[in-house]
Amino acid sequence: MTDPRFDGTGPDAYFWRTLAQGRLELQRCGPCQQDYFPPALVCPRCGNTDVHWAQPSGKGQVYATTTVRDRAGDYNVALVDLEGGARMMSRVEGVEPDAVRVGLQLLARVVQAERPYVVFDLAEK
Amino acid sequence: MSSSNSLRGKTAIVGIGNTRRWQAPDRSAFDQLQEAAILALEDCGLTTKDVDGLFCAMSTSGLPVLNVAEKLGLKIRHADGTMVGGASFVFHLQSAMAALHAGLCDVALICYGSNQLTAGGRLAPMPDPQPHEDPFRPRYPISSYALAANRHMALYGTTREQMADVAVAARAWARLNPDAFVRDPLTREEVLASRMISDPISKADCCLVTDGGGALVLVRAERARDMPHPPVYVLGTGISVSHRQISTMPDLTTTAAVESGRRAYEMAGLRPADIDHVMLYDAFTINTLLFLEDLGFCPKGEAGRLVESGAIAPGGSLAVNTNGGGLSCNHPGMYGLFTLIESVEQLRGHCGERQIPGAQISLAHANGGVLSSQATAILGNELTL
Repeated sequence: MTDPRFDGTGPDAYFWRTLAQGRLELQRCGPCQQDYFPPALVCPRCGNTDVHWAQPSGKGQVYATTTVRDRAGDYNVALVDLEGGARMMSRVEGVEPDAVRVGLQLLARVVQAERPYVVFDLAEK
Repeated sequence: MSSSNSLRGKTAIVGIGNTRRWQAPDRSAFDQLQEAAILALEDCGLTTKDVDGLFCAMSTSGLPVLNVAEKLGLKIRHADGTMVGGASFVFHLQSAMAALHAGLCDVALICYGSNQLTAGGRLAPMPDPQPHEDPFRPRYPISSYALAANRHMALYGTTREQMADVAVAARAWARLNPDAFVRDPLTREEVLASRMISDPISKADCCLVTDGGGALVLVRAERARDMPHPPVYVLGTGISVSHRQISTMPDLTTTAAVESGRRAYEMAGLRPADIDHVMLYDAFTINTLLFLEDLGFCPKGEAGRLVESGAIAPGGSLAVNTNGGGLSCNHPGMYGLFTLIESVEQLRGHCGERQIPGAQISLAHANGGVLSSQATAILGNELTL
């Protein structure tokens, strides 16, 4: 007998599958009500396995930022804190890479690729 | 009080081996490791035939224990190949203490070798993909440390000038160490003018890329007293792991060195003010600042100002990275073992021009991954028991 709590699609595959459908879903911990990322079978904060998929608002802010200096062109790499409690690595688009600052307000956008991913735009236009 | 206190001073480092071959063409990582192991065993009057506990990690081999045991002809009855990046060897130190006192082995050899420089200079890629970070092409591992430095600057006003002063202090120590790989003078202005790689980390904020090999031999304290050199006792150790990827590090300005340090101080029954000599794994200049804070040498957010005052340079109030560190002495892929080697050399009083007079207690701290694993060891001479 397998444990039914862990039946079905594994969390990484589920994450990428929903992104491929254009939807950002993250795991939310039932007891502590916080989202977490990257996908995992257990809440890293409280250790509970009572977790479910939920859609965060997509609002976020820059937690830390760096500009990678590259011959082919500089680009931004940022850590973004999402409303709901998750943090992810991403980049901020639509602004010079070195103009990104800690605390900037952002909005998530799904980018389709062989393996889809999430980037961020400035929240205020 | 933790029962691990019973390990205080019960284990001694009796042999050290350091190839000091930072650029050695035609020598493999295993050649470097074997030489270091032989030197460490000869240093304490033992041979490979005496070793029954083996502790090693490599970035070029997935099965280092098997390869090393074969090459050195070891007959081991205990082994630990824990791989947590550059801190592995201080994890091994704690593991070796436990194994020696559980009777699982009598002579523990911790060893490492690398040919990173002559093999092409890049960090050997380990099969450990990070699919949630890779799409954003962070320069590994530099961008991870850059993110931590950016956050530290934003929160505490730390400056690039203060980070540069870490590199300048390391170089000033290296100039007193004939075995350091880079000994040219270095100024703050030269560091600031260095090519930017991932803001705010420039080339001069990064450690060297070298070859090298290092090894330690440990035995239980009662046996150590019969060895050729005065024993260096392990007074305390602590380890901690907080994450793998930088995006899951809980707070980028506070590392798990807080926990590893607290455990080491508790076991040793010591405080930061008791430490005579400090080795901090300086893979990047920001590391030295973070670890000065997290190990209690200054309050959180104050390390930039401490370093700017000249405190960690030769002649300053706190002797840090007296060999020149990873920034100026050597950095063969993983540097953690070399923090312990310099601590032992200082406590033996063998450091010549860079010797800290009367050093009795040394703290060696190692880091692995991207601030992921932290390990602290406090060592002392006979008078500290």
